[in-house]
Amino acid sequence: MSLLSVDNLGKAYRRYATELHRVASWFGAPVRAREENWVLRNVSFAIEPGEAVGLVGQNGAGKSTLLKLVTGTLQATEGSVHVNGRIAAILELGMGFNTELSGRQNVYHAAGLMGFSTAQVDQAISEIEAFAEIGPYFDYPVRTYSSGMQVRVAFAVATAFRPEILIVDEALSVGDVYFQHKCFERIRQFRQQGTTLLIVSHDRDSILALCDRAILLDKGRVLRDGGPEEVMDYYNALIADREGSTVAVSTLADGSVQTRSGTGEARIETVALHDANGEPVEVVAVGDRVSLRVSIRVEQPIDELVVGYVIKDRLGQPVYGTNTHHMKCAHGPMQPGERVDYRFTFEAGLGVGSYSVAIALHASDSHVARNYEWRDLALVFSVVNLSREQFVGSAWLPPQVECIR
Amino acid sequence: MFALLKSLWAYRGFVASSIRNEFAARFARSRLGGLWMIIHPLAQVAIYALILSNVLAARLPGIDNRYAYAQYLMAGILAWTLFAEIVSRCLGLFIEQGALMKKMRFPRITLPVIVVGSSLLNNLFLLLALVLVFALLGRPPHLLLAWLLPLTFACLVLALGIGLILGILNVFMRDVGQVVPIILQMWFWFTPIIYPLNVIPEAFRGLLALNPMFPIVAAYQDVLVYGRMPDAIALLWVTMAGLALMAVGLFMFRRAAPEMVDAL
Repeated sequence: MSLLSVDNLGKAYRRYATELHRVASWFGAPVRAREENWVLRNVSFAIEPGEAVGLVGQNGAGKSTLLKLVTGTLQATEGSVHVNGRIAAILELGMGFNTELSGRQNVYHAAGLMGFSTAQVDQAISEIEAFAEIGPYFDYPVRTYSSGMQVRVAFAVATAFRPEILIVDEALSVGDVYFQHKCFERIRQFRQQGTTLLIVSHDRDSILALCDRAILLDKGRVLRDGGPEEVMDYYNALIADREGSTVAVSTLADGSVQTRSGTGEARIETVALHDANGEPVEVVAVGDRVSLRVSIRVEQPIDELVVGYVIKDRLGQPVYGTNTHHMKCAHGPMQPGERVDYRFTFEAGLGVGSYSVAIALHASDSHVARNYEWRDLALVFSVVNLSREQFVGSAWLPPQVECIR
Repeated sequence: MFALLKSLWAYRGFVASSIRNEFAARFARSRLGGLWMIIHPLAQVAIYALILSNVLAARLPGIDNRYAYAQYLMAGILAWTLFAEIVSRCLGLFIEQGALMKKMRFPRITLPVIVVGSSLLNNLFLLLALVLVFALLGRPPHLLLAWLLPLTFACLVLALGIGLILGILNVFMRDVGQVVPIILQMWFWFTPIIYPLNVIPEAFRGLLALNPMFPIVAAYQDVLVYGRMPDAIALLWVTMAGLALMAVGLFMFRRAAPEMVDAL
């Protein structure tokens, strides 16, 4: 049995010709709503215990509506949500705090709002006080708190009892760096004990780092549900989506999923990595001089061509990326049929492992404005350590050692 | 219905702490703190007693006591404040708590219960002050005061029924929130609280039967001022009407609850 199952969920906001029609509808009168605005429809997925799922999507995609339906503050118009366990949401820290009351009193109140009895809070209160680490302020009125202290108390209550599902808004600020680490440590502990995480974020890196699955929402529907890297690549392409643009997803020979998108004014013909002798390579030694060669063909007249690339590690985290705009060598107006080759030569200061390269052709400084072509996993290569000293990590930063006595 | 009561019981800690916090927040940072809960109603009652009896020398026909009019007035006010407080607080309740309802999941039925709890507590302090002042004015408490329990209940269900319905409607039609305070004011003057019953011309007295607050206020006055048994039959009718209104209110509440958060 799934921990959370969402079945054909839909939410519509109804508008009636007059509000009296709405009232009449409660009493069973056969009135039709004048308009129904579906913000979420046909959403289905199931989450198993222990999963960490990222929920991504642009503003207005329906993320918060979905979360409200899952937590139960909103009622579904159609479909159903089944939850086997308690949900805690760290979305609105400090909701319902009364500033005239002390931190301790607010803790009792907030925990009561979450459905805990006074006796249960009595048992947890010393632990909450210890976690918040605000010293004597715990018994002072909340109005004397700094915003950071308020967040500390709020987080301590919100996570005082381990939930089966924890919803975290990644953009949430939990105060200073020290406390942030403490919060993430607690979230990590919960996860080890079997709590399922549902993380809302725009940030590719944290989704890749924290989640083992991602769900992409767009215009109230589930667009993709799968591995975080694949979904985030698709999301990236979606952001660049403009009129006439296409998003193509293909499965490569090794089973990974490649996403291509763009309006097609310029196309990537070939991408290859060459060593110092000009030979194409797939395996690179640490510190070797290599050259990334990209051949481009222009299909329609364009004012500007910028070529960018990102080297990503095996988890999809970007290691290094730049583009010709930042390197001050963007290309001027170009005509159909023109070809242009780019060579990016660098020293492979990378750690041992597998890397991929994503290439983008666009105008101006990012692919958001005009995106001719974006290709993830355009190239995959490995880095091996043949002659360098032993080291760990994804970057090769050889130091000079001095030993001073 | 059973589920409603069950969730209320589960959230009893929240209800209690909400009521407590409301009072704590009201008197926070004041020296006398909770004492104000007694001082306010005491002052109110004492001022009425003093001004009306000594300065205006108002008399109530039928009772030979210079404080009788003041007592009459206070008895009516005791009933009316409970009624008006519950109705007007329920009216804006869901709108005021909109942010909380949108962000947190908790049984919404706790909200009106918190209002009832704190209104009852306020009313209790007013009653205590009233009994104290009456005793000082030569009217010691008597057994008839036990009638105040069913009286308070009647007043409560009537107020809660009306308040719940209006509070729900107000979420969707905000004009309700503007119109109700005016109606409450008119209603106050259409109920014999300030003036005795006999100032109303005979021809219009029949209209009072349409006013559900009339039997309640009259019963308060019977018990507290005249020291006689109230009209139990009339009270029973009002209580039944109140319960019926409450049932309608709860029904609407259940139907409206899913849409309420959408509209807030």
